[in-house]
Amino acid sequence: MNLSDRVTDLPESGIRKFFELAEARDDVISLGVGEPDFSAPWAARTAAIDSLERGRTSYTSNRGIRELREAIADHHRRYDQAYDPGDEILVTTGASEAVDLALRALVDPGDVVAIHEPTYISYGPGVELAGGEPLSVPTRAADDFALTRERLAAAGAERADTLVLCYPNNPTGAVMTGEQLAAVAAFCREHDIQVIADEIYAALTYGRDHESIATQPDMRERTVVVNGFSKAYAMTGLRLGYALGPAEAIDAMNRIHQYTMLSAPTTAQYAALEGLRSCDSEVAEMVSEYDRRRRFVHSRFREMGLDCFEPRGAFYAFPDCGGDDERFAEELLESQGVAVVPGSVFGEGGEGHLRVSYATSMRELKRATDRIETFLTERRQTP
Amino acid sequence: MTDDFTDRIQRVEPSATLAISNLAAEKEAEGADIVDLSVGEPDFDTPENIVEAGTEALEAGHTGYTSSNGVPELKVAIAEKLRGDGIEAEADEVIVTPGAKQALYETVQTLVEDGDEVVLLDPAWVSYEAMVKLAGGDLQRVDLAPHDFQLEPALDALEDAVSDDTELLIVNSPSNPTGAVYSDAALEGVRDLAVDHDVTVVADEIYERITYGVEPTSLATLEGMADRTVTINGFSKAFSMTGWRLGYLHATEAFVSQAGKLHSHSVSCATNFVQRAGIEALANTDEAVVEMRDAFRDRRDLLVDLLADHGVDVAVPDGAFYMMLPVDEDDQAWCEAAIEQAHVACVPGSAFNAPGYARISYAASEQRLREAIERLADNDLL
Amino acid sequence: MSDEREVLDVLTTNARESTADIAAQTGLDEDAVEEAIASLERRGVVHGYQAVVDWDRAGTDRVRAIVELNVELDRETGYEEIADRIAKFPAVEALHLVSGDYDFAAEVAGDSMQDVSGFVSEQVAPIPEITQTVTHYVMETYKDGGVRFGDRDEDDRLSVSP
Ligand SMILES: Cc1ncc(COP(=O)(O)O)c(C=O)c1O
Ligand SMILES: Cc1ncc(COP(=O)(O)O)c(C=O)c1O
Repeated sequence: MNLSDRVTDLPESGIRKFFELAEARDDVISLGVGEPDFSAPWAARTAAIDSLERGRTSYTSNRGIRELREAIADHHRRYDQAYDPGDEILVTTGASEAVDLALRALVDPGDVVAIHEPTYISYGPGVELAGGEPLSVPTRAADDFALTRERLAAAGAERADTLVLCYPNNPTGAVMTGEQLAAVAAFCREHDIQVIADEIYAALTYGRDHESIATQPDMRERTVVVNGFSKAYAMTGLRLGYALGPAEAIDAMNRIHQYTMLSAPTTAQYAALEGLRSCDSEVAEMVSEYDRRRRFVHSRFREMGLDCFEPRGAFYAFPDCGGDDERFAEELLESQGVAVVPGSVFGEGGEGHLRVSYATSMRELKRATDRIETFLTERRQTP
Repeated sequence: MTDDFTDRIQRVEPSATLAISNLAAEKEAEGADIVDLSVGEPDFDTPENIVEAGTEALEAGHTGYTSSNGVPELKVAIAEKLRGDGIEAEADEVIVTPGAKQALYETVQTLVEDGDEVVLLDPAWVSYEAMVKLAGGDLQRVDLAPHDFQLEPALDALEDAVSDDTELLIVNSPSNPTGAVYSDAALEGVRDLAVDHDVTVVADEIYERITYGVEPTSLATLEGMADRTVTINGFSKAFSMTGWRLGYLHATEAFVSQAGKLHSHSVSCATNFVQRAGIEALANTDEAVVEMRDAFRDRRDLLVDLLADHGVDVAVPDGAFYMMLPVDEDDQAWCEAAIEQAHVACVPGSAFNAPGYARISYAASEQRLREAIERLADNDLL
Repeated sequence: MSDEREVLDVLTTNARESTADIAAQTGLDEDAVEEAIASLERRGVVHGYQAVVDWDRAGTDRVRAIVELNVELDRETGYEEIADRIAKFPAVEALHLVSGDYDFAAEVAGDSMQDVSGFVSEQVAPIPEITQTVTHYVMETYKDGGVRFGDRDEDDRLSVSP
């Protein structure tokens, strides 16, 4: 078989290596998980079960069931976003599919796509699969990993056609304020850059509400917003996401979607609909639980002398491990049985850091942070 | 953003069936009772044991990600099923996808590069062309319509179409839209050409459980084909599970390790509880599958008889739940008239590169099928 | 959110959290946590700290019942006074004034069914204002104090994921 270069050239993800190392041991406390430790809200699950029992097991319309699109449109008013459920919303199989479709709809071979890093691992490969050229824009701990005009300019991003923006950010937990977004938006307008904004962690912010770059002046028409139910509603395994954007962009994405997916899982669509209708308080409870863990982890890191800026979104902390992050993560796993993900896996700017997920019970977090402390103490003693 | 969509988008057209379904929706909104014979999914409920397994998995909280390539138990069950069909399959050679469509898409993306040549057997299911074009491939087409949609009599034409430049050949048996099941001799012909010209073959066997009196052969079981076949299958049709979105591909481990990268970036994994329901589907649903198949066969027989009563001869399909009805040369106009006048919806054959035909889906009750034929006849459309 | 509310959120999830851990989770310093707890206790917001026990698994004989009580008030006696009289019995673990067909719902515990029924008939029923009692023995407890007993949702997450 003669496989296509665009696939064979894709590197194996560095996450995979750590997954295998961690799976090889059975006493691991994992802070390496990129999904909630909660199960999907019970009301959403019962709605899913109910839809199955009523025999709602056929394909749906390509764009997703109408009620769900309407509920999504309503939901987004809280972020000052207005999208027409008729032609500006596409329901997808996870945010993953939405990102993939957006890239395929917007990125032609040779197009330059700016990606701030460290960030979620699928954007670079997605760009390459679309034939585009990823341009890494490293963000810095000194800026709390926010994207700035200066960083964009330093990386030569004015030649980019598209920017992939992910805030709240995986892996850093960074968020961006309206003011910070305004500067990025200005840069995009000046250089005619379109934006794919992956806002899947929008509901998981602490201390301030999420703002979308699409609400910046003249940005709506140049932005595809991606969101989904995986993180806020603890529904990763149901596979449901969506894209919001100008009708032409959504239409272009749907042209691919209709041939490659047809429609998102029907049952999951009903679960998501119920999530939007009745699970606000459960989401709020999960958010305050994450918030407590976030403060706990952050304060423990500071206590043990691990430099860590205060994350304000998602469920990750991104401490500076003061050296080779891969080695640190491997040795920590080896000697203490604690799994974290080395920051360099997430691209340039991530090296020297660790992604620590606090989507794990407080009990486990205590045990894990105690072990990390032991590890640090031992390291300091043996030069 | 308004003018700046990719070339690949311009290469795929909005689905040709859309005009028909829009027209049907319009008529329905006006209060017309449309007999819809355009649908591509079974009209049966998902068998109860599968619904129960799905329910239990949701109750147990199986709502997290799974391994990207699928829940290990499901991959084992799929490998076992394939071995039952004679394919030497291991669990590691399987990728579980949200729908067979996604499996096909990933396969085509993994195999086809700009300018690669892909051979399709016409009439061909609409998505193949779109998938190949999305990947930048060029199409060669072999028309089976003159041969009652059978492949065996068209092997010469296929030989002309396949060359050393051919990258991929897509074979779909039982076929959507024709219902044809290709003979062993036909498949052996495919094998010979594939081996001679070092061509990879996609065998889309999604309708394999719905055949009438013939045993479909899996291409990958033929000597020389194991290493060059990507077998596609899924749960949508056999188990009436379309909306659940569950399918899979099987190929060599080398292929799977490459396609798996694409799979993990583009969809992460298939739905967790659905995969668990899939395990139950493979284990304990044979009876229901046979029942559905028998119902489809009765309907096929009924349709063939009814059409014969009106003097219409069709190529009698041996599988799936479709047949091709010969209609006017302008099949699009005929289909529009069928909706407007007879309130019967079918898909124009030109959507499948088979002008002069309409695809009838008999995933509808016998009563509705009778009504449809009556109405078509009453409006002089037969 | 106020400091006390944050502290309460932690305590209602896990009353055994140390002051240091509460401080870490709330972002308060330890002194502030101590102060908040002291104030909560002093003002009668927090009345105590208890384990959530699945008695079936504890292997001790222990019977619980929900007892519905109807009362008839007269000019001198109000709900408060009756409640006070009932609540004084240590066997009464919880007591609520409720809306609906009856007036009080009491949760009563004892070593055996006789024990509980004896208590209800000999101690509670004779209270003059009480007109009727209905005792429902608890046969199985699935959730208590916000905590689910028995099988939990399985955590089958992959140990490392993107
Ligand atoms: C930033 C980001 N985007 C997208 C995804 C994928 O989400 P989904 O499960 O909706 O496909 C993830 C999951 O880890 C993520 O972290
Ligand atoms: C020939 C063929 N292959 C694949 C599919 C895809 O099925 P699914 O994606 O529902 O598994 C279909 C559905 O119509 C089909 O007709």
